[in-house]
Amino acid sequence: MATLLEVKNLHTTFLTNAGVVRAVDDVSWDIQEGETVALVGESGCGKSVSALSVMRLVSEPAGRIESGEILYKGRDLLKLSEEQMRSVRGREIGMIFQEPMTSLNPVLSIGRQLTEGLEIHLKMTPPEAQARAVELLGMVGIPDPARRLAQYPHHFSGGMRQRMMIAMALACNPSLILADEPTTALDVTIQAQILELMKDLAQRLGVAMLIITHNLGVVARYADRVNVMYAGRIIEQASAAELYANPRHPYTLGLLRSVPRLDEPRRARLDPIDGQPPDLTRLPRGCAFSPRCTYRVERCAEAVPPLVALDAGHRSACWECERLVKAQAA
Amino acid sequence: MSEVLLEVRDLVKHFPVGGGFFSRSDAVVRAIDGVSFSLHRGETLGLVGESGCGKTTTGRCILHLERPTSGQIIFEGIDIASKSERELRLLRRHMQVIFQDPYSSLNPRMTIGQILAEPIKVHRLVAGRAAREARVSELLTQVGLLPQHAQRYPHQLSGGQRQRVGIARALAMEPSLIICDEPVSALDVSIQAQIINLLEELQSRLGLTYLFIAHDLSVVRHISDRVVVMYLGKIVEVADRQALYEAPVHPYTRALLSAVPIPDPKLEASRERTVLRGEVPSPLTPPGGCVFHPRCPMAEARCSAEIPRLREITPGHWGACHLA
Repeated sequence: MATLLEVKNLHTTFLTNAGVVRAVDDVSWDIQEGETVALVGESGCGKSVSALSVMRLVSEPAGRIESGEILYKGRDLLKLSEEQMRSVRGREIGMIFQEPMTSLNPVLSIGRQLTEGLEIHLKMTPPEAQARAVELLGMVGIPDPARRLAQYPHHFSGGMRQRMMIAMALACNPSLILADEPTTALDVTIQAQILELMKDLAQRLGVAMLIITHNLGVVARYADRVNVMYAGRIIEQASAAELYANPRHPYTLGLLRSVPRLDEPRRARLDPIDGQPPDLTRLPRGCAFSPRCTYRVERCAEAVPPLVALDAGHRSACWECERLVKAQAA
Repeated sequence: MSEVLLEVRDLVKHFPVGGGFFSRSDAVVRAIDGVSFSLHRGETLGLVGESGCGKTTTGRCILHLERPTSGQIIFEGIDIASKSERELRLLRRHMQVIFQDPYSSLNPRMTIGQILAEPIKVHRLVAGRAAREARVSELLTQVGLLPQHAQRYPHQLSGGQRQRVGIARALAMEPSLIICDEPVSALDVSIQAQIINLLEELQSRLGLTYLFIAHDLSVVRHISDRVVVMYLGKIVEVADRQALYEAPVHPYTRALLSAVPIPDPKLEASRERTVLRGEVPSPLTPPGGCVFHPRCPMAEARCSAEIPRLREITPGHWGACHLA
């Protein structure tokens, strides 16, 4: 398998009233062709900004990609002109956002929103684009697609809008789709429909996918590999199977333990992670998780632990990783 | 079993829609269509279902924030509808609410101390400023905050801390019943467990009764003693926690449970799941017969003709399905 996208030492910052926020702080990850990779973490951890940086959609001037490389099929996207970048967005890399209502244009018909990209990127004639749009809507399970083309987003339910977003993302046969919390706004039964559809289409069309989510269950079901983020950094990286079986960072471990699970007997009490989520404008000097960590030692407050390889494909950024592994084994 | 604190009998809430001033329209949204259940003192009753199933409207009717179209709500032995606004205010003190969004349910221009002191003042729960301040400190400590937090404004707190303030505000009234409407779904995963543990501690310490409205089935299983499942304004299943999760009788409950992804890749790979077809129909034109039949994987001819009655299938386990 060839590497499709490689993000190297990415730094993205935002200028706020409280100072410069390092939303993405020296982050590296990659996606192989046809693979599904997850970025997991809580609000403010930098997972969405990572995806926006790949698309070069970080809103300037407040937001800035400071440094790093984003190699897509070997080309550094950060070195492309705005013109060249436009031929990447939507054509090479598709995007699905969380809020289908706010990311669709309310005054353009469904058909127009689908055909626009086809005409611009693939130089299709309007009748060709129309035919392809019907095919796409059918593919994502929207009944009676020909009639639906004339309708507007407000005619669609939440689930249908998200199907429409998937159709738009797939329209130009991209090699990669970035899906930012694609099902968070949807009901449980519709969430299952949409995720199954995405998985099925990605497999059938051989599209690689980046899923950004806070839902550990969704990751377990759909991702091949996982990057866990906290306060702008990746703190653990592993295959999904390995991460859930042997979490090697106190934060990952804490997250997995804090959620009630339907497959396990009910516990008398949940084990939460203590403390509050990090304030990005006032991060500690050392490990950002250290104020909440049960494995904390003196060193944690002083220096940021690097992301180091433990065994094949498994990396963790924790000074006390060995102790954690021993405690887990015991 | 302990005494019944709240009883909801055949509750119906229809919202008229469409039609301006001159054009009358007879269309109604059937938000709740004949819902009955009871809640015992000290119990947590979970109310689950997807958006539009009527779970929040049920909570709002109990709080008398919506006037029911018909049906009875009996709280502490008193029929709420028979009371005047004045008498209601007294009664309502005993039922409080915690909202989903701790960002929009706290006044941004008031300090936490003012937010908590106001209801105490209005209801004259303690006399004098010093006593009020002492009560505010006590409330803050009770929910795991510090007395110093009284001087802060909501924007200076994190989401989890704000939800703690929301809980303290409910506790200020010394309620017997708290309606928790999606109290953790807006919070980060690592904070959700903190708030759930807090709610459980407070319940055992203060003898509270909860109606816990949520869509997250794993959270509801953890916190509830009994669970009510709603679909399109109707109750489809009621049972003890264990019975509901281990032996659900309604196909909708089964589909809901199978739709929840479990954080374990091995298990997920081998898991059979029922993905429901279609979407929830509009409550403007609910389907005839069983409201679930258009999406039901087991539906038969009579499901589209006859409305299934909610009946006791095994002791204490109720289901509204012809095939159960």
